[in-house]
Amino acid sequence: MADNRKKLVEVKDLSVTFGSRRHPFKAVDGVSFHIYEGETFGLVGESGSGKTTIGRAIIRIHPTSGGQVLFDGKQINGRISKALDREVTQRIQMIFQDPMSSLNERAKVDYIVSEGLYAPGHHLTQEARQEKVSKALADVGLLPEFASRFPHEFSGGQRQRIGIARALIMEPDFIIADEPISALDVSIRAQVLNLMSDLQKKRNLTYLFIAHDLSVVRFICDRIAVIHKGKIVELAESEELFAHPLHPYTQALLSAIPMPDPKAERNKTLLVYDPGCHGYSETNRPAWRDVVPGHFVLASEEEFARYQKNY
Amino acid sequence: MVLSIQDLNVKFTLRGQTLHAIRGISLDVHQGESLAIVGESGSGKSVLVKCTMGLLDANGYIDSGKILYKDADLAKNRTDKDWQSIRGREIAMVFQDPMTSLNPLKTIGKQIREAVELHQGLKGQAAYQTVLEVLSDVGIDDPQRRYKQYPHEFSGGMRQRVVIAIAVACRPKILICDEPTTALDVTIQAQILELIKKMQQKYDLTTIYITHDLGVVANVADRIAVMYAGDIVEIGTCDEVFYDPRHPYTWALLSSLPQLGVKNEPLYSIQGTPPNLFREVKGDAFAPRNPKALKIDFVRRPPYFSVSPTHKARTWLLDPRAPKVAPPEHIRTLREKGGLGNG
Ligand SMILES: Nc1ncnc2c1ncn2[C@@H]1O[C@H](COP(=O)(O)OP(=O)(O)OP(=O)(O)O)[C@@H](O)[C@H]1O
Ligand SMILES: Nc1ncnc2c1ncn2[C@@H]1O[C@H](COP(=O)(O)OP(=O)(O)OP(=O)(O)O)[C@@H](O)[C@H]1O
Ligand SMILES: [Mg+2]
Ligand SMILES: [Mg+2]
Repeated sequence: MADNRKKLVEVKDLSVTFGSRRHPFKAVDGVSFHIYEGETFGLVGESGSGKTTIGRAIIRIHPTSGGQVLFDGKQINGRISKALDREVTQRIQMIFQDPMSSLNERAKVDYIVSEGLYAPGHHLTQEARQEKVSKALADVGLLPEFASRFPHEFSGGQRQRIGIARALIMEPDFIIADEPISALDVSIRAQVLNLMSDLQKKRNLTYLFIAHDLSVVRFICDRIAVIHKGKIVELAESEELFAHPLHPYTQALLSAIPMPDPKAERNKTLLVYDPGCHGYSETNRPAWRDVVPGHFVLASEEEFARYQKNY
Repeated sequence: MVLSIQDLNVKFTLRGQTLHAIRGISLDVHQGESLAIVGESGSGKSVLVKCTMGLLDANGYIDSGKILYKDADLAKNRTDKDWQSIRGREIAMVFQDPMTSLNPLKTIGKQIREAVELHQGLKGQAAYQTVLEVLSDVGIDDPQRRYKQYPHEFSGGMRQRVVIAIAVACRPKILICDEPTTALDVTIQAQILELIKKMQQKYDLTTIYITHDLGVVANVADRIAVMYAGDIVEIGTCDEVFYDPRHPYTWALLSSLPQLGVKNEPLYSIQGTPPNLFREVKGDAFAPRNPKALKIDFVRRPPYFSVSPTHKARTWLLDPRAPKVAPPEHIRTLREKGGLGNG
C-alpha cells in the first residue's frame, strides 16, 4: 500500500498503568500503531486486554504513563496548550462502551445529545441547536419525539444510539467507537454501520473501531490489530488477517466467531489459546516482525521462521 | 410446559401518555428447552422477561393477560413478598453487565454463599464446600483463593461466570439470560455458552436467551421467537427460523447480517422506523416498512398461520388467498453460504 497516506493518529510505545505505586498494574504495555486519515482501524481482543483503556488514553481521560500520542502531527498526551486542548476536544469524539452507565440519568435526551454544543466557541441559536438534535437523532434511527425523554425510559439499543448521536453532532474528524453497536439489533447495526461509512466518505472521517463482533469488524475495518493482555500480538489488513491468521491467539479468536447458521455452529471446532505455549524467556524474546509488508506478528525468531514456512 | 404466557399486555405510563410495550403475547416455554428471543431493539424482549420476575419499572404494569407458572398466575403478584418465592428460586436472571448484579464491597465467596444458604438451606462447612464446588463448576481455578477476592479483582468474563454461578446456585427451574455475552470476547463467550449448556443438562434447567447475536442463537437455541413492536411475529425451531423463515420482518432481519455484506457497499438495512407504541398500531405493525406489504396488512392484524406443528408466523402472506411472495435472495444465500467468516 502506498505509504504517502497521512497518518492522522499515531500511538507510539503507549503504556497506561493503574493501581498504586507499590502495586502497579500495566493495563496497556508498549502499544504502537497508527491510523491513516479516512481509515477505519479495528481493535479486537480479549475482554480486559486494554482496548477501552487505549481509547480513553487517546481522548485523554486516562493519563499515559509512557509513550506518545500524536494527533495530526501534534503530541496530545501530557501537558498541552489551551488552544490545542479545545481543538482536540472538538475534533476527537468517543462513543462509550456501556450504554447503561455512560449517559447522564438526570438530563433529557435533548441536552445529552447537544451537550458538546454548549462548549465555548459554539454560538448556536436555540432553533439551530434543536434542528441539529433532530437531525442527529434521525441519523441513528430515533424519533424526534425522543428528545424530551430521560435515558432510563429507553431500551438498551435505543440508549446506545443516543450515545452515537451525541458524538456525531460535534462533527468530529476522528471518532473512537468503543463497542458502538453491541446492543443493537442487526438491522439497526447495519444502519449505523452504513451511516458511519457514509460520513467517512463525505467528510473523510477516521475511526478507531473497538468491537467483539469479528464479522462486523471484518466488514467495516481496513486494518485490524489483535490485542492480548495489553500487547498487540498481530496487525494486518482485514482480509489478510482473516486469510492468514498467524498468532495462536488470533487463530483461537477467529475459530470462536459465532456463525448465524445452525449447521455450521454444530460442526464448529474451537481452538484454545494457551499463553504458555510460546516458551518465551529472557533469551527467547518475542519481537514485532512482518511476514509480508503490512502484516505484523509478535513472535520469537523460531516462531517467525515457522510462520513464514506455513504462510 | 413449564411457563405459559397468555395474551399478555404490558403498558407504561409516561407523563400522561400510555406506551403499549407488549401487545397481546402468548408463549409456551417447554421444560428443559433453550428458547432464544430475538428482534428489533425496543420490541419488548427485556420487558417480556422482566414480567416473569416482577421486575418491571415502577411506571409499567400488566394491563391484562396471564403468566402461568406451576399453579399460580404470576401476573396477579403485586408486592415484593408475592415475588419472593419466585425470584432467584424458581426463575433467575443473568443481565448483560455483571457489575450491576454483583456487590463491589463483598467478596465473591460471600456473595455466592448467601445464595447457597438462602436457597439450598446449607450452613457452615457444608455451605463453604458448596461454594467451592460452584466456583469449579463454572471453570474458575483455585477456588479457595478466589473465594476471598472482590469483584474488581476478577476480569469481565470471570465476573459474568460468577453471576451465572450465583444464578445456578439458587437451583432455579428457569434461567433467563438477557444479552449474557455481548460484553465478552468470542473465546470467553464460547466458554460461557458451553458452561450454560452444561448447567442446563446437569440441573435440567430451562433457559431463555435474549440476544442480538444470531451466531449465538444458532449455537444455543432449540427454538427461536422473533419479536417486532411488542409482538411475537414468528416462532419455530432453530432450523425452521434460519432456513425457512416466513415473516417479512424475519427476512429483513436475516438480510441485514454483516456476513452477507459486500465490503465498501452499504449493508442491507430495514427502511423507516419502528412504530410509535404510544399510538394504536393498525394491521401488521411491520407493514409500513415492508415494500411488498399487501393491502390488508395496513388494515387488519394478521393471525398466526401454521407452517408446521412447531412453526408459525403472523403474516397475511401465509393466508391461502395471498399472492406468492418468495423470500429475498439474501435468505437463500445464507442457506447456501453457511460457514462464512471462518476465513
Ligand atoms: N480505572 C481503572 N482502575 C483500575 N484498573 C482498571 C481501570 N480501568 C481498567 N482497568 C483494568 O485494565 C485492564 C484493561 O481494561 P479495559 O477496560 O481497557 O479492557 P477492554 O479490552 O476494553 O475489555 P472489554 O472488552 O471487556 O471492554 C483490565 O484488567 C481492567 O481491570
Ligand atoms: N420505564 C420505561 N418507561 C417507558 N417506556 C419504557 C420503559 N422501559 C422500557 N420502555 C419502552 O418499552 C419498549 C420495550 O423495551 P425493552 O427494553 O423491552 O426493549 P428490548 O426489546 O429489550 O430492546 P433492546 O434490544 O434494545 O434491549 C421500548 O420502546 C422502550 O422504550
Ligand atoms: Mg472495553
Ligand atoms: Mg433489552
